[in-house]
Amino acid sequence: MQAVTQATLEFVKQYWAPLVCGLVIVGVLPLIVGYVVLVERKIMADMQARLGPMRVGPHGLLQPIADAVKLLIKEDIIPEDADKLVFWLAPVLSVAAALLAIAGLAIGPAFQIAKDVNIGILFVVGVSAMGIFGIVLGGWASNSHYSLIGALRSSAQLVSYETAAGMALVCGLLFAGSLNITSIVQAQYDQGVWFGLLAPVAFFTYLVASIAETNRAPFDLPEAESELVAGYMTEFSGFRWSLYFLAEYTNMIVVASVATTLFLGGWLRPFPRTTWLSFIDFFPPLLMVGIGVYCLMRTPKQPVRVQQTFMLAVAGLCFAVALVLVAPMLVPAVKPLHDGILGAFWFIFKVSLYIYFFMWLRFTLPRYRFDQLMRLGWHFLIPLSIINVLLIGIAMIVGTYFHLQGWSLLLTTSPASIIALIIALFILATEQKSEPQKSSAAPDSYA
Amino acid sequence: MAMDTTTDSRDKQQTLLGADELVLNMGPQHPSTHGVLRVKLKLDGERVIGSECMIGYLHRGVEKIAEHRTYQQFAPYVDRMDYVAAVSNGLGYCEAIEKLLMVEAPPRAKVIRTILTELQRIASHLLWLGTHALDIGALTPLFYCFREREEILKIFEKYCGARLTTHAFRIGGLQYDAYDTLEKDVERFCKAFEPRIKDYEDLLTQNRIWLGRTKGVGILTAADAIALGATGPVLRASGVKWDIRKAMPYAAYDQYKFEIPVGSTGDTYDRYMVRMEEMRQSRLICLQAIENIPTGPILAKVGKVLKPPPGEVYHAIEAPKGELGYYVISDGTVQPYRVRIRPPSFVNLQAFDKMARGHLVADVVAIIGTLDIVLGEVDR
Repeated sequence: MQAVTQATLEFVKQYWAPLVCGLVIVGVLPLIVGYVVLVERKIMADMQARLGPMRVGPHGLLQPIADAVKLLIKEDIIPEDADKLVFWLAPVLSVAAALLAIAGLAIGPAFQIAKDVNIGILFVVGVSAMGIFGIVLGGWASNSHYSLIGALRSSAQLVSYETAAGMALVCGLLFAGSLNITSIVQAQYDQGVWFGLLAPVAFFTYLVASIAETNRAPFDLPEAESELVAGYMTEFSGFRWSLYFLAEYTNMIVVASVATTLFLGGWLRPFPRTTWLSFIDFFPPLLMVGIGVYCLMRTPKQPVRVQQTFMLAVAGLCFAVALVLVAPMLVPAVKPLHDGILGAFWFIFKVSLYIYFFMWLRFTLPRYRFDQLMRLGWHFLIPLSIINVLLIGIAMIVGTYFHLQGWSLLLTTSPASIIALIIALFILATEQKSEPQKSSAAPDSYA
Repeated sequence: MAMDTTTDSRDKQQTLLGADELVLNMGPQHPSTHGVLRVKLKLDGERVIGSECMIGYLHRGVEKIAEHRTYQQFAPYVDRMDYVAAVSNGLGYCEAIEKLLMVEAPPRAKVIRTILTELQRIASHLLWLGTHALDIGALTPLFYCFREREEILKIFEKYCGARLTTHAFRIGGLQYDAYDTLEKDVERFCKAFEPRIKDYEDLLTQNRIWLGRTKGVGILTAADAIALGATGPVLRASGVKWDIRKAMPYAAYDQYKFEIPVGSTGDTYDRYMVRMEEMRQSRLICLQAIENIPTGPILAKVGKVLKPPPGEVYHAIEAPKGELGYYVISDGTVQPYRVRIRPPSFVNLQAFDKMARGHLVADVVAIIGTLDIVLGEVDR
């Protein structure tokens, strides 16, 4: 008995930090995701000439909590003919994979749960790809045609686009020379330039592929509402459905973080090595102050007392964050925290921009058809990304030969990118010519 | 050949299906079957190898109701068929009964009817555009379309107090005279509408994905379209220049200049372009009409009790969705002996199987959208 207690204590002593972090992820992430959804709805409303959620809290700020409560108290329905065990397991798998991937990410140099994993980025990408099992199993277990078609689409889509995304990541990794997330960002600091600028084609490929991987519009075929009702989620409701939802948005955060880490300089500010640009460090606190002032200005316009108080609280929060952001620059005692705090800001800022871009596309573009999606993946993105890896590799060799570093690497990589672009346009042009028409002799099974 | 409709049992279906085939039941509750259309699709993978539309979920017996109402009493019922284009329905019915009574609406009434009907056409096409784009996955045009449609509905509301099921006209002319600022409202709408159409076109017309999703999808050749009795934009997109407003002018259409847009290939994209152009033309008709609204009475001399002489009449108008015909038989009493309605959506829906076969599930919703059906009208 004593030995067991001893062992437990040892275990806790050794692993308490990751355990706490794990709890934090599981506890906080749904809240973050809830607010990402709210922001998405607000952005959507803004683009569509309407207001979006306005009822729950000031400007709908408490909507995510209301939604969560609603989902939790909904009746849990399992279809009669469903495979109950798999039906139960599928959303859990999906969400577990997504949350596990978060663990590998580094939000600033100070915040990383699985610290210094030597295969960092590979771990994140690999684990998040596991989420597809949840989708496929869920679609299969529902025993519904819509779900089945959704799951089939999803698996095909993920396999196709994972390849292109992987190839795009390889480009970034060529520059970094490491899979470790900290080293990747450090490499960008050493070079003084984001890898996204050195390999724009790879960044673009990853951007497109990551949208497809997270099943977002215009590639949201697995859950295409107007066609498949809700795709693989059709038979899921209440809490199970919200798990899928959580997984989808977490995956969005994961791909955005991977792109940020590899292509957008991670937690580094723009132009990290250029000292005369260090006034950029004041941008984060100023931004937060700006938002705070805006909230203060809106406060008297809130109709209800509670909403006014809430708005004030939000403003206060913004000012507090601004203070935290500005403290390392002014107070010498907390100077060591400078990189950690500002890094976290920049990381989150870039991830937000990336996700905003996702949303923007979603509300602008119609949806691809399945065969078009596949053609885009296999005929365009995969060849392009493979060619790009080759070209970037050659550029790297030439660059090393001439001892090029940092910005001067652009001398070799930009021709590579231009060639890749020309090839891309060429592929597109031939694509358009050879676009297969609908098979005119449609099979008539009733003839 | 249509699918076996007599049986719904699983056993029977399974004997009909090949090993790699699947029957997908789409609707009547489905986000994009535009109401309560039910489509049974026979799929090979995602490819449609057979389809069958099952209708009747919104059947209200409108034609039968007509036999138990007086001519005036039945007029509001027709608004509830194509409930997104109620004004057009009302116009067709009123004109049919006027033909039966052998009276003619006064010129002022005719012009105001034309204005409101053309506004209704724009509203109906806007609703089509929004939902069609939504079916294909573009979320945003829907809200833009509804924003403009709202302006039209406000004009209706000012005119007759109702927005959707307006019952705007009366047999023999108009129930209400035009309100004071009707011309101004219509003009303001028309002025504002032009750049808005351009907005929609910016979002969709040249969009690669939109082109991919609509070009070559649901092709209906001119011969097929005529054989299947398709009318309206569906027929015109196939290249047949047939518009009842020009062919057999009614209301005040003979006074105005407008073009009939036609397509060439008869695919979904052509139908999209035809309807977009029709909105522009409707706008032009409205602008021409408000220039010169004749003064005078708004109601022809019809009695309080309508007793048309025994006989029968068929009157068709160009509703936003196609030829809307009323075939009315009078036996000389206050109630029609029979009213048969030819709804455009119902007939156009026939073309669905022809268009959908060989396409993917995703195209099925695009085709349902492009046919622009309203189930209230299909089922009556």
